[in-house]
Amino acid sequence: MKLSRKNGLRASAIGALVVSGALVLSACGSDNNTEPTKGGEKTSAAASNIKCDGAKGQLLAAGSSAQKGAMDLWVKNFQAACEGVEVNYQAIGSGGGITKFNQGQVAFAGSDSALKDEEVAESKKICKGGTGVNLPMVGGPIAIGYKLEGVDNLVLDASTLAKIFDNKITKWNDPAIAKLNPGAKLPDSSIQAFHRSDESGTTQNLGKYLSTAAPADWKHDPKTKSWPAQGGQAANGSSGVATAVKDAEGSIGYFELSYATANKISTVSLNTGASAPVAATSENASKAIAAAKVKGTGNDVALSLDYATKAEGAYPLILVTYEIACDKGNKAETLPTLKAFLNYTVSDEGQKVLADAGYAPLPAEIAAKVRAIVPTLS
Amino acid sequence: MVTTTPPATDRNRSRRAKSAARPGDRIFSGLSKGSGITLLVIMAAIAGFLTYRAVLAISKDSVNFFTTFEWNPAGDPPVFGIAVLAFGTIVSSVIAMLIAVPVAIGIALFISHYAPRKLAKPLAYVVDLLAAVPSIIYGLWGAIFLVPYLDGLNKWLDQYLGWTYIFDKSSDGVARNMFTVGILLAIMILPIITNVTREVFLQAPKMHEEAALALGATRWEVVRMAVLPFGRSGIISASMLGLGRALGETMAVAVVLSPSFLLSGHLLDPGGGTFAQNIAAKFNEANEFGRDALIASGLVLFVITLLVNGAARMIIARRKEYSGANA
Amino acid sequence: MSHAVQERPVAFAKPRGPLSHARLPRWTPIAVAAGSVAAGVGIGLLAGWHSKVQWGLVSALLFVLATYAVTAKVEGARQAKDRVATSLVWVSFVLAVVPLLSLAWVTVSKGMEVLDGYFLTHSMNGVLDAEAGGGVYHALLGTIEQVGIATLIAAPIGLLTAVYLVEYGTGKLAKAVTFFVDVMTGIPSIVAGLFILATWNLMLGFGPSGFAGAMALAILMMPVVVRSTEEMLKLVPNELREASLALGVPKWRTILKVVLPTAIGGITTGVMLAVARITGETAPVLLLVFGTKLINPNPFEGAQSSLPLYVYEQYAVGTDAAVARAWAAALVLIAFVMILNLVARGIARWKAPKTGR
Repeated sequence: MKLSRKNGLRASAIGALVVSGALVLSACGSDNNTEPTKGGEKTSAAASNIKCDGAKGQLLAAGSSAQKGAMDLWVKNFQAACEGVEVNYQAIGSGGGITKFNQGQVAFAGSDSALKDEEVAESKKICKGGTGVNLPMVGGPIAIGYKLEGVDNLVLDASTLAKIFDNKITKWNDPAIAKLNPGAKLPDSSIQAFHRSDESGTTQNLGKYLSTAAPADWKHDPKTKSWPAQGGQAANGSSGVATAVKDAEGSIGYFELSYATANKISTVSLNTGASAPVAATSENASKAIAAAKVKGTGNDVALSLDYATKAEGAYPLILVTYEIACDKGNKAETLPTLKAFLNYTVSDEGQKVLADAGYAPLPAEIAAKVRAIVPTLS
Repeated sequence: MVTTTPPATDRNRSRRAKSAARPGDRIFSGLSKGSGITLLVIMAAIAGFLTYRAVLAISKDSVNFFTTFEWNPAGDPPVFGIAVLAFGTIVSSVIAMLIAVPVAIGIALFISHYAPRKLAKPLAYVVDLLAAVPSIIYGLWGAIFLVPYLDGLNKWLDQYLGWTYIFDKSSDGVARNMFTVGILLAIMILPIITNVTREVFLQAPKMHEEAALALGATRWEVVRMAVLPFGRSGIISASMLGLGRALGETMAVAVVLSPSFLLSGHLLDPGGGTFAQNIAAKFNEANEFGRDALIASGLVLFVITLLVNGAARMIIARRKEYSGANA
Repeated sequence: MSHAVQERPVAFAKPRGPLSHARLPRWTPIAVAAGSVAAGVGIGLLAGWHSKVQWGLVSALLFVLATYAVTAKVEGARQAKDRVATSLVWVSFVLAVVPLLSLAWVTVSKGMEVLDGYFLTHSMNGVLDAEAGGGVYHALLGTIEQVGIATLIAAPIGLLTAVYLVEYGTGKLAKAVTFFVDVMTGIPSIVAGLFILATWNLMLGFGPSGFAGAMALAILMMPVVVRSTEEMLKLVPNELREASLALGVPKWRTILKVVLPTAIGGITTGVMLAVARITGETAPVLLLVFGTKLINPNPFEGAQSSLPLYVYEQYAVGTDAAVARAWAAALVLIAFVMILNLVARGIARWKAPKTGR
């Protein structure tokens, strides 16, 4: 463009700056983060028998942020084992993941809930000759975190929880809470209940739990991903809720267990009707997930969870996240990588790493079922 | 030295230029016209795209889109409306403008007329640089730093001004409310408004100022009689620039506000929402139709911004006759 | 408080000659300011307000009131008004500087905790959320490339459009352009992202890339460039144009050699503001560029990352290590914008004609 020396100069100066900057920078950038850094403790990539069978290139995936921690671990181990493979999972939210999957932008999506009928119908456009299927991959407890000076082991049940989040119980020394916590010094202060301000599968699962376990006290639509009740305070993302709960005295909120651990927030034990209140731990969540029934047919392994379980030591407020891929008609260039990666994640080795990160491994029966399906993807 | 009004003389000139059309002229005017058309086509395409998707969504809405206090496009039947969002967007922007505009004029005057010379230059520089700080950083700072700081102020306002209704705080939550959002937005747009306003103040005719001084006017009288009238249209257009940013601010609001779909005039209670914040919060989990609904709300934001811009343009055009031309 | 105000004038009033008004000594404003700050702190301490915000507000209010009271008594109403205006200007300056300085200070001090050579030269490959370590290199590279491409698209188009509107534009086309530019300044960034997603990615079938993001950013940038450039071009005195034309210089050369250089300072500021606006965008990047933990130097193929996206991601993760990374990346982002700003200003000053101002 010979429109102006001055503009040309300016543009070329900026251009030159950008290019030279990029050059200078790319000369010294590095993807190698394996050497230990100061203060950073590294979880060593376990030497493994991950099978790479022909995995190569870039595998794009997107979806639920609830499984981000698990994904990060898996991706790290998988990439360490398989040279030249990049698995890129973006935690943009389940809905976003499914939308991207149905647009053919990603090879698989992570989701907190199984595909709906209309989403399955839509997936047929992308999966030539097949449909999108739900493969459960990882579960975990949703912790109810609270901050209350002098109260260490708070116990609540579904109906109290529903009333608290519905603004029916507004004081910590409410008789309903006191009855569940004999001997605890409950203050006469108001409860600050925090929920998610963004839409989320975590909110949805809490809603499902409350409406199953306490149908009389939680009359809101259990399917909605946005907060259905009125009142209360909101914060953005699980981290936002966790930070808010950590900062405010007399607060209560819900998030994945890993956030409670990371922020050292006390969690509520649930009185499910079993002999003792159940704490939010990954083992207890695994016990509840074991009670799940497979409701999907064929290659689809969608689960129906038993939120009202009264089994000993089973923590019923759980979330199971799926990977959603095509059973037939996956893109040829990413298929080997997809299969190799999902093979790893559902293998014993893949499931074993979950508990440390605050997740619950799949029960053996369901894992076996998924393990049989992954190799048949085409 | 002074603002001029090109259109009138411009027309004559371009006519003359055409008669003596040189190749360079033709190429250059063609190029600039071409860019104008390119831009027009892109913008029109987006506007069309937006309107199409928005109409798609609104036509399936089971309630009145403008008066409903709920957002559930995934429901059966879909229910969503923008009443709360429109209210929140306007309220937070108004608070921001009420705080930012006077203060910005103050700083601009400080830099252009009050500050010691040595302080003025670097200060102008710093304000320029602050105007360029990306909004996500204001959000980060607002959420982690500003909110706890405003807690005390909130309680104080509630205690002494609670009787005004708007400063009545009914719950004792943290300060993640519309008032805080307004303050954060004010801080964000302050450098932008200051920037432009200062530029205009500096261009005020020196002769007028000196004449006023010679007549024994105090510095304030000089500012009031010679500087402010001259800068009025500049102040307005600067404010509109700031308002535009405040209306459309996304991340900073999303990170700071504790939103709800309750309409409340109590500024200190958590709740409310803005268009951009709602889009950011709902977009990721939304399905195709939910996204269309969000786009429809975006369209309303669009229209509001357009009205604001249009009003500013009208005010400036009318002012032009009085200001500047007589220097 | 009222006690302090009433006492001071007695102490300061020292009438000079009969011809001049009574004048306060030069150090009066400072003394009043110091007095009000002390009073503000005192009241704050007595009332037990924890938040320093009230202390500041009370001090500011006291300062303005005290100034008025003192001057009105000694120097008369006109001077009092002047003094009050001066004190208001100072107060607004301090009011604004405090939060802005706090912002800068917090970002720098928190950012420096993690920021070092390692952080700048490494990606996030294989770094878990809760772990320290990792870096911002991939995001920095992505931001430079995306913003660079967006600027290369948007700045020329925006500039030329503004030239068209101010120098040539008449009639319906110019009106339509002005209208749509106004419309587009209010565009939520996500909508620009969706538009590119619908056309470039879904209709034309391209995958996510830095370039796709850059196009969305360019759309966001154009109206800002046009609006600010337009304002600046209008400020160029017509006399300059006329003088140049009278000397027989063709119009296009007049624009290039006289009009644009005269306005170059303001135009640069406008472009830089636009750059700053798009540098902070997360939504279109997330939608179109996808984000990654690895280095990808090619903006035309494959997922990239960007600084604001990185900041937002790390903030959302919420662990101590991640929030520290977010602050460090925020500092890098500010530094990037500042450096760009300074360079552009330098160029503008170097190319601009020397003027008296």
